[in-house]
Amino acid sequence: MEELLTEYLPILIFIGIAFVMAIAMVTASLIAGPSNPDPEKTSAYECGFEPFDDSRSKFDVRFYLVAILFIIFDLEVAFLFPWAVSLSGIGLFGFWSMMIFLGVLTIGFVYEWRKGALEWE
Amino acid sequence: MIAATLAFYLFSALAIVGALNVIFQRNPVHSVLWLIFTFFNAAGLFVLLGAEFVAMILVIVYVGAVAVLFLFVVMMLDINITMVREGFLKYLPVGLLVGGILLAELITVFAGWVMSDSADVLRAAPAPDPSDIGNTEALGLILYTDYIYVFQAAGIILLVAMIGSIVLTHRTRAGVRKQVIGEQNARRPSDTLEVVKVESGKGLQ
Repeated sequence: MEELLTEYLPILIFIGIAFVMAIAMVTASLIAGPSNPDPEKTSAYECGFEPFDDSRSKFDVRFYLVAILFIIFDLEVAFLFPWAVSLSGIGLFGFWSMMIFLGVLTIGFVYEWRKGALEWE
Repeated sequence: MIAATLAFYLFSALAIVGALNVIFQRNPVHSVLWLIFTFFNAAGLFVLLGAEFVAMILVIVYVGAVAVLFLFVVMMLDINITMVREGFLKYLPVGLLVGGILLAELITVFAGWVMSDSADVLRAAPAPDPSDIGNTEALGLILYTDYIYVFQAAGIILLVAMIGSIVLTHRTRAGVRKQVIGEQNARRPSDTLEVVKVESGKGLQ
Protein backbone atom coordinates (compact mmCIF):
# COMPACT_ATOMS: atom_id res chain seq x y z
CA MET A 1 0.00 0.00 0.00
CA GLU A 2 2.74 2.43 0.99
CA GLU A 3 4.81 1.41 -2.03
CA LEU A 4 1.87 1.96 -4.34
CA LEU A 5 1.31 5.47 -3.04
CA THR A 6 5.00 6.28 -3.29
CA GLU A 7 4.84 5.30 -6.95
CA TYR A 8 2.03 7.76 -7.47
CA LEU A 9 3.76 10.61 -5.63
CA PRO A 10 5.61 11.92 -8.73
CA ILE A 11 2.25 12.26 -10.54
CA LEU A 12 0.87 14.31 -7.67
CA ILE A 13 3.99 16.48 -7.72
CA PHE A 14 3.64 16.97 -11.49
CA ILE A 15 0.00 17.96 -11.11
CA GLY A 16 1.04 20.43 -8.43
CA ILE A 17 3.77 21.92 -10.63
CA ALA A 18 1.38 22.17 -13.60
CA PHE A 19 -1.21 23.89 -11.42
CA VAL A 20 1.30 26.38 -9.98
CA MET A 21 2.71 27.14 -13.43
CA ALA A 22 -0.72 27.74 -14.93
CA ILE A 23 -1.71 30.05 -12.08
CA ALA A 24 1.65 31.84 -12.28
CA MET A 25 1.31 32.49 -16.01
CA VAL A 26 -2.21 33.83 -15.74
CA THR A 27 -1.44 36.09 -12.78
CA ALA A 28 1.84 37.27 -14.33
CA SER A 29 0.09 38.38 -17.50
CA LEU A 30 -2.63 39.96 -15.40
CA ILE A 31 -0.13 41.96 -13.36
CA ALA A 32 2.55 42.70 -15.95
CA GLY A 33 0.39 43.20 -19.05
CA PRO A 34 -0.81 46.75 -19.77
CA SER A 35 -4.57 47.11 -19.62
CA ASN A 36 -6.26 50.47 -20.31
CA PRO A 37 -9.63 49.61 -21.76
CA ASP A 38 -11.81 52.28 -23.33
CA PRO A 39 -15.09 51.93 -25.22
CA GLU A 40 -13.41 52.16 -28.63
CA LYS A 41 -10.93 49.43 -27.80
CA THR A 42 -13.47 46.97 -26.44
CA SER A 43 -16.10 47.47 -29.15
CA ALA A 44 -16.23 45.33 -32.30
CA TYR A 45 -13.32 46.40 -34.47
CA GLU A 46 -13.53 47.50 -38.12
CA CYS A 47 -15.05 44.63 -40.04
CA GLY A 48 -16.14 42.84 -36.88
CA PHE A 49 -19.80 43.03 -35.95
CA GLU A 50 -22.04 42.63 -32.94
CA PRO A 51 -23.35 39.07 -32.57
CA PHE A 52 -26.71 38.58 -34.29
CA ASP A 53 -27.83 35.78 -32.07
CA ASP A 54 -27.08 33.75 -29.00
CA SER A 55 -24.12 31.47 -29.57
CA ARG A 56 -25.98 28.54 -28.02
CA SER A 57 -27.83 26.65 -30.65
CA LYS A 58 -29.17 23.14 -30.87
CA PHE A 59 -26.61 20.52 -31.75
CA ASP A 60 -27.37 17.81 -34.21
CA VAL A 61 -28.41 14.60 -32.45
CA ARG A 62 -25.83 12.73 -34.53
CA PHE A 63 -23.05 14.03 -32.28
CA TYR A 64 -24.80 12.34 -29.38
CA LEU A 65 -25.02 9.07 -31.29
CA VAL A 66 -21.30 9.13 -32.06
CA ALA A 67 -20.52 9.93 -28.40
CA ILE A 68 -22.64 7.11 -27.01
CA LEU A 69 -21.22 4.56 -29.46
CA PHE A 70 -17.77 5.73 -28.40
CA ILE A 71 -18.61 5.19 -24.71
CA ILE A 72 -19.83 1.66 -25.39
CA PHE A 73 -16.63 0.64 -27.16
CA ASP A 74 -14.61 2.48 -24.53
CA LEU A 75 -16.20 0.27 -21.86
CA GLU A 76 -15.58 -2.81 -23.97
CA VAL A 77 -11.87 -1.93 -24.08
CA ALA A 78 -11.90 -1.23 -20.33
CA PHE A 79 -12.99 -4.84 -19.81
CA LEU A 80 -10.10 -6.03 -21.96
CA PHE A 81 -7.36 -4.62 -19.69
CA PRO A 82 -7.78 -6.93 -16.65
CA TRP A 83 -8.42 -9.84 -19.00
CA ALA A 84 -5.15 -9.28 -20.85
CA VAL A 85 -3.20 -8.97 -17.60
CA SER A 86 -4.63 -12.11 -15.98
CA LEU A 87 -5.02 -14.34 -19.05
CA SER A 88 -2.35 -16.78 -17.88
CA GLY A 89 -4.26 -17.32 -14.63
CA ILE A 90 -7.81 -17.79 -15.88
CA GLY A 91 -7.13 -20.37 -18.55
CA LEU A 92 -9.28 -21.40 -21.49
CA PHE A 93 -12.54 -20.73 -19.67
CA GLY A 94 -11.63 -17.09 -19.10
CA PHE A 95 -10.48 -16.81 -22.71
CA TRP A 96 -13.78 -18.07 -24.14
CA SER A 97 -15.75 -16.03 -21.62
CA MET A 98 -14.20 -12.91 -23.14
CA MET A 99 -14.70 -14.22 -26.68
CA ILE A 100 -18.45 -14.58 -26.03
CA PHE A 101 -18.52 -11.05 -24.61
CA LEU A 102 -16.74 -9.73 -27.68
CA GLY A 103 -19.04 -11.78 -29.90
CA VAL A 104 -22.14 -10.21 -28.35
CA LEU A 105 -20.70 -6.75 -28.93
CA THR A 106 -19.68 -7.67 -32.46
CA ILE A 107 -23.36 -8.38 -33.18
CA GLY A 108 -24.03 -4.79 -32.14
CA PHE A 109 -21.13 -3.57 -34.22
CA VAL A 110 -22.39 -5.37 -37.33
CA TYR A 111 -25.87 -3.94 -36.65
CA GLU A 112 -24.64 -0.37 -36.51
CA TRP A 113 -22.42 -0.87 -39.53
CA ARG A 114 -25.32 -2.20 -41.60
CA LYS A 115 -27.62 0.54 -40.32
CA GLY A 116 -25.10 3.14 -41.43
CA ALA A 117 -24.81 4.66 -37.97
CA LEU A 118 -21.07 4.99 -38.39
CA GLU A 119 -21.41 7.04 -41.53
CA TRP A 120 -21.75 10.76 -41.23
CA GLU A 121 -23.98 11.44 -44.22
CA MET B 1 2.49 8.62 5.65
CA ILE B 2 1.71 12.24 6.32
CA ALA B 3 1.67 12.95 2.56
CA ALA B 4 -1.13 10.43 2.00
CA THR B 5 -3.23 12.02 4.73
CA LEU B 6 -2.61 15.48 3.32
CA ALA B 7 -3.47 14.25 -0.19
CA PHE B 8 -6.68 12.70 1.13
CA TYR B 9 -7.81 15.99 2.66
CA LEU B 10 -6.77 17.89 -0.45
CA PHE B 11 -8.69 15.60 -2.81
CA SER B 12 -11.79 15.39 -0.63
CA ALA B 13 -11.92 19.15 -0.08
CA LEU B 14 -11.51 19.80 -3.81
CA ALA B 15 -14.13 17.14 -4.62
CA ILE B 16 -16.63 18.84 -2.34
CA VAL B 17 -15.83 22.25 -3.82
CA GLY B 18 -16.26 20.79 -7.30
CA ALA B 19 -19.54 19.11 -6.42
CA LEU B 20 -20.93 22.31 -4.91
CA ASN B 21 -19.91 24.20 -8.03
CA VAL B 22 -21.73 21.67 -10.22
CA ILE B 23 -24.93 22.65 -8.43
CA PHE B 24 -24.38 26.38 -8.08
CA GLN B 25 -23.01 27.28 -11.50
CA ARG B 26 -25.48 29.26 -13.58
CA ASN B 27 -24.15 28.06 -16.89
CA PRO B 28 -24.85 24.33 -17.37
CA VAL B 29 -21.71 23.92 -19.49
CA HIS B 30 -19.62 25.22 -16.56
CA SER B 31 -21.43 22.72 -14.35
CA VAL B 32 -20.24 19.87 -16.56
CA LEU B 33 -16.66 21.19 -16.46
CA TRP B 34 -16.82 21.25 -12.66
CA LEU B 35 -18.20 17.72 -12.79
CA ILE B 36 -15.08 16.65 -14.70
CA PHE B 37 -12.98 18.30 -11.97
CA THR B 38 -14.91 16.33 -9.34
CA PHE B 39 -14.31 13.08 -11.26
CA PHE B 40 -10.56 13.75 -11.23
CA ASN B 41 -10.57 14.26 -7.48
CA ALA B 42 -12.61 11.09 -6.97
CA ALA B 43 -9.98 9.26 -9.05
CA GLY B 44 -7.32 10.64 -6.71
CA LEU B 45 -9.27 9.33 -3.72
CA PHE B 46 -9.49 5.89 -5.34
CA VAL B 47 -5.72 5.84 -5.80
CA LEU B 48 -5.30 6.65 -2.11
CA LEU B 49 -7.53 3.65 -1.32
CA GLY B 50 -5.25 1.46 -3.41
CA ALA B 51 -7.88 0.93 -6.11
CA GLU B 52 -5.70 1.92 -9.06
CA PHE B 53 -7.77 0.21 -11.71
CA VAL B 54 -11.00 1.91 -10.65
CA ALA B 55 -9.20 5.25 -10.59
CA MET B 56 -7.89 4.84 -14.14
CA ILE B 57 -11.25 3.61 -15.41
CA LEU B 58 -12.87 6.63 -13.79
CA VAL B 59 -10.54 8.89 -15.73
CA ILE B 60 -10.86 7.00 -19.03
CA VAL B 61 -14.59 6.30 -19.01
CA TYR B 62 -16.10 9.13 -16.96
CA VAL B 63 -13.79 11.98 -17.83
CA GLY B 64 -13.06 10.81 -21.34
CA ALA B 65 -16.45 9.68 -22.48
CA VAL B 66 -19.35 10.33 -20.12
CA ALA B 67 -18.41 13.97 -19.57
CA VAL B 68 -18.27 14.50 -23.34
CA LEU B 69 -21.71 12.95 -23.63
CA PHE B 70 -22.99 15.25 -20.88
CA LEU B 71 -21.57 18.24 -22.74
CA PHE B 72 -23.35 17.18 -25.92
CA VAL B 73 -26.62 16.67 -24.06
CA VAL B 74 -26.32 20.05 -22.32
CA MET B 75 -25.55 21.75 -25.62
CA MET B 76 -28.34 19.92 -27.40
CA LEU B 77 -30.90 21.08 -24.86
CA ASP B 78 -30.48 24.71 -25.94
CA ILE B 79 -31.04 26.00 -22.42
CA ASN B 80 -31.92 29.62 -22.06
CA ILE B 81 -30.63 30.57 -18.63
CA THR B 82 -33.14 33.35 -18.01
CA MET B 83 -36.01 31.04 -18.89
CA VAL B 84 -34.71 28.40 -16.50
CA ARG B 85 -34.57 30.93 -13.70
CA GLU B 86 -38.13 32.15 -14.38
CA GLY B 87 -39.64 28.84 -13.33
CA PHE B 88 -37.62 28.68 -10.11
CA LEU B 89 -40.40 29.66 -7.69
CA LYS B 90 -42.96 27.60 -9.54
CA TYR B 91 -40.93 24.40 -9.24
CA LEU B 92 -39.59 25.11 -5.75
CA PRO B 93 -42.36 23.22 -3.83
CA VAL B 94 -42.01 20.13 -6.03
CA GLY B 95 -38.24 20.22 -5.71
CA LEU B 96 -38.41 20.59 -1.95
CA LEU B 97 -40.91 17.73 -1.76
CA VAL B 98 -38.72 15.34 -3.77
CA GLY B 99 -35.61 16.45 -1.89
CA GLY B 100 -37.38 16.01 1.43
CA ILE B 101 -38.51 12.48 0.56
CA LEU B 102 -34.96 11.57 -0.47
CA LEU B 103 -33.55 13.06 2.73
CA ALA B 104 -36.08 11.13 4.85
CA GLU B 105 -35.14 7.92 3.05
CA LEU B 106 -31.44 8.51 3.60
CA ILE B 107 -32.02 9.26 7.29
CA THR B 108 -34.05 6.06 7.68
CA VAL B 109 -31.33 4.04 6.00
CA PHE B 110 -28.48 5.49 8.06
CA ALA B 111 -30.41 5.48 11.34
CA GLY B 112 -31.31 1.82 10.93
CA TRP B 113 -27.77 0.83 9.91
CA VAL B 114 -26.46 -2.02 12.00
CA MET B 115 -23.07 -3.57 11.32
CA SER B 116 -23.22 -7.34 11.08
CA ASP B 117 -20.84 -9.17 13.43
CA SER B 118 -19.32 -11.09 10.57
CA ALA B 119 -18.97 -7.98 8.35
CA ASP B 120 -15.28 -7.49 9.03
CA VAL B 121 -14.47 -11.12 8.30
CA LEU B 122 -16.56 -11.13 5.13
CA ARG B 123 -14.96 -7.93 3.91
CA ALA B 124 -11.44 -9.18 4.45
CA ALA B 125 -11.97 -12.70 3.09
CA PRO B 126 -12.05 -12.25 -0.71
CA ALA B 127 -9.53 -9.39 -0.88
CA PRO B 128 -6.04 -10.53 -1.84
CA ASP B 129 -3.01 -8.90 -0.29
CA PRO B 130 -2.18 -5.86 -2.43
CA SER B 131 1.55 -6.34 -1.93
CA ASP B 132 1.79 -9.61 -3.88
CA ILE B 133 -0.82 -9.11 -6.61
CA GLY B 134 -1.62 -6.13 -8.78
CA ASN B 135 -4.98 -4.46 -8.65
CA THR B 136 -5.90 -5.08 -12.27
CA GLU B 137 -4.73 -8.69 -12.18
CA ALA B 138 -6.70 -9.47 -9.02
CA LEU B 139 -9.84 -8.19 -10.74
CA GLY B 140 -9.13 -10.12 -13.90
CA LEU B 141 -8.65 -13.39 -12.03
CA ILE B 142 -12.23 -13.43 -10.77
CA LEU B 143 -14.22 -11.23 -13.16
CA TYR B 144 -14.19 -13.52 -16.20
CA THR B 145 -14.54 -16.86 -14.46
CA ASP B 146 -16.23 -16.58 -11.05
CA TYR B 147 -18.49 -13.73 -12.13
CA ILE B 148 -19.08 -14.84 -15.71
CA TYR B 149 -22.86 -14.32 -15.62
CA VAL B 150 -22.52 -10.74 -14.42
CA PHE B 151 -19.81 -10.17 -17.02
CA GLN B 152 -21.96 -11.52 -19.86
CA ALA B 153 -24.93 -9.51 -18.58
CA ALA B 154 -22.73 -6.41 -18.88
CA GLY B 155 -22.10 -7.35 -22.49
CA ILE B 156 -25.84 -7.72 -23.16
CA ILE B 157 -26.53 -4.36 -21.51
CA LEU B 158 -23.92 -2.71 -23.73
CA LEU B 159 -25.52 -4.35 -26.77
CA VAL B 160 -28.96 -3.08 -25.76
CA ALA B 161 -27.55 0.42 -25.22
CA MET B 162 -25.94 0.33 -28.64
CA ILE B 163 -29.06 -0.81 -30.47
CA GLY B 164 -31.32 1.46 -28.42
CA SER B 165 -29.35 4.59 -29.18
CA ILE B 166 -29.27 3.75 -32.88
CA VAL B 167 -33.01 3.06 -33.00
CA LEU B 168 -33.79 6.28 -31.15
CA THR B 169 -31.48 8.72 -32.86
CA HIS B 170 -30.40 7.36 -36.21
CA ARG B 171 -32.20 8.82 -39.20
CA THR B 172 -31.38 8.10 -42.78
CA ARG B 173 -31.61 11.39 -44.59
CA ALA B 174 -33.49 11.49 -47.85
CA GLY B 175 -31.87 13.00 -50.90
CA VAL B 176 -28.29 12.37 -49.88
CA ARG B 177 -26.19 11.06 -52.73
CA LYS B 178 -23.79 8.46 -51.43
CA GLN B 179 -20.96 6.75 -53.16
CA VAL B 180 -21.80 3.06 -53.45
CA ILE B 181 -18.55 1.45 -54.50
CA GLY B 182 -20.16 -1.91 -55.22
CA GLU B 183 -22.50 -0.36 -57.76
CA GLN B 184 -19.65 1.50 -59.40
CA ASN B 185 -17.60 -1.65 -59.73
CA ALA B 186 -20.57 -3.63 -61.06
CA ARG B 187 -21.08 -1.23 -63.97
CA ARG B 188 -19.98 -2.65 -67.28
CA PRO B 189 -19.24 -0.67 -70.45
CA SER B 190 -21.89 -2.72 -72.27
CA ASP B 191 -24.63 -1.34 -69.96
CA THR B 192 -23.99 2.28 -70.77
CA LEU B 193 -21.91 2.58 -73.91
CA GLU B 194 -22.86 1.88 -77.49
CA VAL B 195 -20.71 2.13 -80.55
CA VAL B 196 -22.66 3.52 -83.47
CA LYS B 197 -21.52 3.50 -87.07
CA VAL B 198 -22.45 6.83 -88.57
CA GLU B 199 -22.71 6.91 -92.36
CA SER B 200 -21.28 10.01 -93.94
CA GLY B 201 -23.79 12.74 -94.72
CA LYS B 202 -26.52 11.27 -92.53
CA GLY B 203 -26.14 11.91 -88.80
CA LEU B 204 -27.89 10.16 -85.95
CA GLN B 205 -31.67 9.75 -86.29
